[in-house]
Amino acid sequence: MIKNLILEYMKMKIISASIFFVFFLSMLNAQETIYPAPKQTGTTVINNATIHTGNGETIENGTVVITDGKIVSVGKNVTAPAGATIINAQGKHVYPGLILPISNLGLIEISAVRATNDAQEIGELNPNVRSIVAYNTDSRVINTLRSNGILLANIVPQGSLVAGSSSVVQLDAWTWEDAAYKTDAGIHFYMPSLMPRPRFGFGGGGGGGNAQQPPADPIKEGLEKIDRIKSFFSEAKAYLGEASHDETNLKFSAVKGLYDKKQKLYIHANTVKQMLLALDFVKEFGFDVVIVGGSDSWQIADLIKQNNVSVILGQSHNLPTLQDDDIDQPYKTAAMLQKAGVLFSITDDDPQNRGRNLPFNAGTAVAYGLTKEQALQAITLSAAKIMGVADKTGSIEPGKDANIIISEGDILDMRTSIVTDAFIQGRKIDLMDKHKLLNERYNRKYGLKGF
Amino acid sequence: MRIFQSFIVAGLLFISMICICPVNSVAQVTFPENGVADPRHGHYAFTNATIIKDEENTLKNAVLIIRDGKIIAAGNNLKVPAGAVEIDCTGKFIYPSFIDLYADYGTSTQQRQGGFTPGQQSQLSTNTRGAYGWNQAIKSEADAYKVFAVDDTKAKALRDAGFGTVLSHVRDGIARGTGTLVTLSNEKENLVILKEKASAHYSFNKGNSTQGYPSSMMGMIALLRQSYIDGAWYKNKPSKEGLNLSLQAWNESQNLPQIFEANDKWNDLRADRIGDEFGVQYIIKAGGNEYQRIKEIAATKATFIVSLNYPQAMDVEDPNDARFVSLADLKHWEMAATNPDAFEKTGIPFCLTTSDLRDIKSFFTNLRQAFNYGLTEKAALRALTKTPATVLGVFDQVGSLDAGKWANFLITSGPIFNERTTIYQNWVQGSKYYVKEDGWKERRGSYKLVLNTSSGPVNYTLDFKSNNAASIIGKDTVTSRFYYDGRQVRINFAPERSGDYRLTGMITNDMWSGYGEDTSGNRLTWTATFDQPAKLSSDSGSRRKTPGPIGKVIYPFQPFGWEDTQSPKQETILIKNATVWTNEKEGILQNADILIKNGKIAGIGKNLSEAGARVIDGSGKHVTPGVIDEHSHIAASSINEGGQSVTSEVRIADNLNPDDVNIYRQLSGGVTTSHILHGSANVIGGQTQLIKLRWGANDEALKFKNWPGFIKFALGENVKRSTSAMGNSSNNNRYPDTRMGVEQVLIDAFTRAKDYEKVWKDYEANKTKKGIVTPRRDLELEALVEILNNKRHITCHSYVQSEITGAIKIAEQMGYKYNTFTHILEGYKVADKMKAHGSNASTFSDWWAYKMEVQDAIPYNAAIMHRAGLNVAINSDDAEMARRLNQEAGKIIKYGGITEEEALKMVTLNPAKMLFVDDRVGSLKTGKDGDVVLWSEHPLSIYAKSLYTIVDGIVYFDRVKDEQLQKIVDVERNRIIKKMNSEKRSGSPVQPAQPSYQIMHTCGDHGHSHGLLTVDVE
Repeated sequence: MIKNLILEYMKMKIISASIFFVFFLSMLNAQETIYPAPKQTGTTVINNATIHTGNGETIENGTVVITDGKIVSVGKNVTAPAGATIINAQGKHVYPGLILPISNLGLIEISAVRATNDAQEIGELNPNVRSIVAYNTDSRVINTLRSNGILLANIVPQGSLVAGSSSVVQLDAWTWEDAAYKTDAGIHFYMPSLMPRPRFGFGGGGGGGNAQQPPADPIKEGLEKIDRIKSFFSEAKAYLGEASHDETNLKFSAVKGLYDKKQKLYIHANTVKQMLLALDFVKEFGFDVVIVGGSDSWQIADLIKQNNVSVILGQSHNLPTLQDDDIDQPYKTAAMLQKAGVLFSITDDDPQNRGRNLPFNAGTAVAYGLTKEQALQAITLSAAKIMGVADKTGSIEPGKDANIIISEGDILDMRTSIVTDAFIQGRKIDLMDKHKLLNERYNRKYGLKGF
Repeated sequence: MRIFQSFIVAGLLFISMICICPVNSVAQVTFPENGVADPRHGHYAFTNATIIKDEENTLKNAVLIIRDGKIIAAGNNLKVPAGAVEIDCTGKFIYPSFIDLYADYGTSTQQRQGGFTPGQQSQLSTNTRGAYGWNQAIKSEADAYKVFAVDDTKAKALRDAGFGTVLSHVRDGIARGTGTLVTLSNEKENLVILKEKASAHYSFNKGNSTQGYPSSMMGMIALLRQSYIDGAWYKNKPSKEGLNLSLQAWNESQNLPQIFEANDKWNDLRADRIGDEFGVQYIIKAGGNEYQRIKEIAATKATFIVSLNYPQAMDVEDPNDARFVSLADLKHWEMAATNPDAFEKTGIPFCLTTSDLRDIKSFFTNLRQAFNYGLTEKAALRALTKTPATVLGVFDQVGSLDAGKWANFLITSGPIFNERTTIYQNWVQGSKYYVKEDGWKERRGSYKLVLNTSSGPVNYTLDFKSNNAASIIGKDTVTSRFYYDGRQVRINFAPERSGDYRLTGMITNDMWSGYGEDTSGNRLTWTATFDQPAKLSSDSGSRRKTPGPIGKVIYPFQPFGWEDTQSPKQETILIKNATVWTNEKEGILQNADILIKNGKIAGIGKNLSEAGARVIDGSGKHVTPGVIDEHSHIAASSINEGGQSVTSEVRIADNLNPDDVNIYRQLSGGVTTSHILHGSANVIGGQTQLIKLRWGANDEALKFKNWPGFIKFALGENVKRSTSAMGNSSNNNRYPDTRMGVEQVLIDAFTRAKDYEKVWKDYEANKTKKGIVTPRRDLELEALVEILNNKRHITCHSYVQSEITGAIKIAEQMGYKYNTFTHILEGYKVADKMKAHGSNASTFSDWWAYKMEVQDAIPYNAAIMHRAGLNVAINSDDAEMARRLNQEAGKIIKYGGITEEEALKMVTLNPAKMLFVDDRVGSLKTGKDGDVVLWSEHPLSIYAKSLYTIVDGIVYFDRVKDEQLQKIVDVERNRIIKKMNSEKRSGSPVQPAQPSYQIMHTCGDHGHSHGLLTVDVE
């Protein structure tokens, strides 16, 4: 009986698998002609541009010189070497490639289709799980992000407690090995919520009875989990201090970098209570901590600063937490962190557009208190600093990788944010994507002019 | 004249009672006696009492005579009849005992431990066995009197709170059958039930029904409406229906008082509207928050049953806990006790109930709190006696101390509501029940205590202070352990150098006597003689505590709500020197003025002037029409009725929720009109409602008036319940499970609708002929017939080209039209077909890749459809994104290169057109509604903020005022949190802080998280 059921199940699986296969075959025309760009040879020069360097500076009518994938020089009075490929960016704006600091890009293709989800492993203690090995460079989503100027992303595993390590990737690669920009540099810890669960009755809202409280106490449960994590880190420290081990512990080995600050601990936390516990990890273990989410971080910005902790804010395009909150609180939080001197970045974790509105989330922060250059810095140089890749990218400065975008206008405003060129490590990448291809296809159907 | 009449009536009653009693004196019963018969008449006369016959009539020094459980007479100068036991009630008060129409007594219901288990299969038909109706939640066949059982533990708790009569019903289901009126006497059920069918009951709570339908507030309303129609239809015994015991019982109970448990201010109004439609005036069980909308509550003309259930203070000492408690919850804590007074002040008839109290013992405490906030004692007494008796039609039996009524009364030490008053006895149907046995006679005071020891009498003075405190005074005052229970007394004291004494004795009137032992075990006797009464404070306990200052009701009862006097009013507004986006052939006007007067646009042009107008400088700023969101799910108590695949009978309009803070938040994003859609859980969803964002208005006033009416349809993954998949196999058991089935559901529904229309047409043509039976009105099919007749328009959730093409084909075959395809993310693939069909398109700017059917969604969709000649709107479907619709429209310039004017139209004029309201909104033109936004910057820019959002010439959002409102919120929060903290410090019980979670309704389509405190509900 059971055997029959299993057979039946297998059969169904095969059928559905083959349906998917056929389906994807039919889609082969969509992206497969978009090639990763080859290594840059010679010199490329972008001139006559307004250059936003990402470190807060703006250079009018400036020039960037790129050789062997690196930025050689940048400035107002830079002359182009002979034989260089010249890109005249007259009237345009040049920016460092944008960095999406928290993303499940390449791990999840279509969230509602379980088979395309590789973001969350079973278990609550998975420091040894690595996002990079599941990162799919052929995801259709990747190119749509590049079209909006995002050239690097931090690929983050999800989980209930310790989810695993994230890696920074550049978005123009044949395989994940090519994509890897900095691997396993962040360990991700999702702080338990520590809030009583909602009590909703059935039927009438408001005054009537029927309210029910779930049996388990989530606060107690959460604190117990945090205790378990703390003892894990204490034991890991002791283990890593031993010269040799009679038994190897993969989980302990995976967090070695936290103790010598080669890795950062990303703590996903939003409430003050959660964040105070996060700061506790700095005090107790001396880790480099990054708070991810931070919707209430404006309430303790000075404490965060004092503890040298950085923050990656969830998307600005969000509702205030409580009905009573300033209706624009999520828009204003970035400016409040800036004022307190906190190193912060902004992400776009919207599951409906997968991160491509990152520049506009930063733009909203401008409408509510940041300067444009500060907002840009949040999604370029600051993001790079937080992820430990500022030596290689995040700003347009000599010696760094030439990760650069050119936009027709202000990249932070959808009215003008049209990316015309993009370079990753000096390689001029193809800005075609699935959406543009389908656009062309159906313009053809209706005899409409392309644009 | 009237007094005279009632006197005669009372007199006649009195005479008839006298006459009848002897006839009844040989009481014959069917129950055999195990022993010797012991017949009694319970004949008593309570003399020298202050008798409160009802809240209007008090008799001093009066007599109450009862016999055989009934009142024989109550009045002054009555003679104690022969055969009656006289009870001297000097100093005592006698009240009619209370009546509770919503007591939890005698019928028990095990509430289902609810909750939705993901992947659980839907139960599509009723589980009730027998010849009952189709829906398990319509339990009109339930009769409480059949299951009622006396429960003296519960009865005692109610009696102790002063109650003598209660109405009891089985609290299960949307229609709950009949309630029964019973006394709290500990007798056989046969004698306790006063009226077996006393009421019919309804609620917005499915109770134990496990059936899928209805799964929403609007579904419950539709089910009730259809039940009224079906009940009336069933009277003709339609042969195909056979026997339907539920409908039969429904009809039989219609002439009883109809009681609706609504439990919330908006639900009260919803219930009342159902009643209005079918000629029923419900008695409404209130929820406790009615003071927040008392004018609307008064307009129902209903009598209310009001609970005294106030929320407990929360422990908000830790700012981290206080952080997540909303102002609305804090204010409700502070104001809940004003609710009864709000009813009284507004002249709304009401009853009081013990229902929903955490403990019945808190009834009097909570009632006194209501007195502190203004409720009068007279109103309270009426609400506990006459009103409940009258609305139930049993005032001839209970509710006052008039001859002929049941002998249900209280004997108290003083005025019933005084804090120091004691209820001694609660008599029910002529039987005495003690509430507090002692204290009937005041015994406190000083006594001469004499111990008859072997060495002679020893004298002390005993100062009796309370039942467990007395001091013995000899040479010194000696504390003693003292215990008195009303009959027996125990004293243990140790005078200096004399060892200790342990005394015990009985109390008879003013003379106490007993025996005891000294330290050495020598027995002794003792007596105590009353000397003088205790000096009691003259405080009668009637003084009300004046409560500290409390906040005011704000409209809506939410942060940023307005006090009644401060709500924004219609103004004459002149915006000068702005860039004006007209959306008309004039295009964008530079340095132009716009005048808004009497709620309408009164002029657009240069150098306008208007005396008395509020002038706003628009220099460097932009004016546009208010944003219109074609696809929204805010401001409703439920969105999806997913219980069936066709639910055209449900209506969003039935359950609008004006308390949704997202109304205000979206005003801040320039939104003035929102189309509130049913969700996408089923092929034919519910009827939608267009609203204007009139923050502070009630549910009715939110509606966009004179608007043709729409309905939501849906195709694809949601209607085939793809989310209920387990692994790769479907767990769905609700038809359809494929897009093939979706087509058949549509064909079937419209085929039935056509047949239905024909039946009615035939009937209309022939109804004068004999023997023609009126067909059954079917709310579901009625809505579909409206569609077929182009009186109701469709907005259809749709994604992929195959289903869009299929839907168009069916529509053309069946003779209806898809006015709007919403979401329509593959619309760009079949824009030509949509154009030929005459559809509009309303889509997202850039959403994709969150589910299989949106994997080909592209941000160029809107531009392609626009270029192909369709009228295109950009919608939100999301409470967050709705605040940025202007910027979402701006993206269509980036993705597709349309002009800026066309982009703005996609969130203003174009949705107005597809909603048939472009004659009033969507562009700036003289005579159109004054729905206008003043933006700080170019309206399509990420940097644009609304400075003023004006609806009907009323400034509902003003960015400067918003800062003030925010300060008010912060100050008010802080004030109440301090108050709660001092409550905790004063030792009052507190509950753990409960975060104010908000239910966020979505159409169940996507997973945009809205923060820590939102609970997404499909």
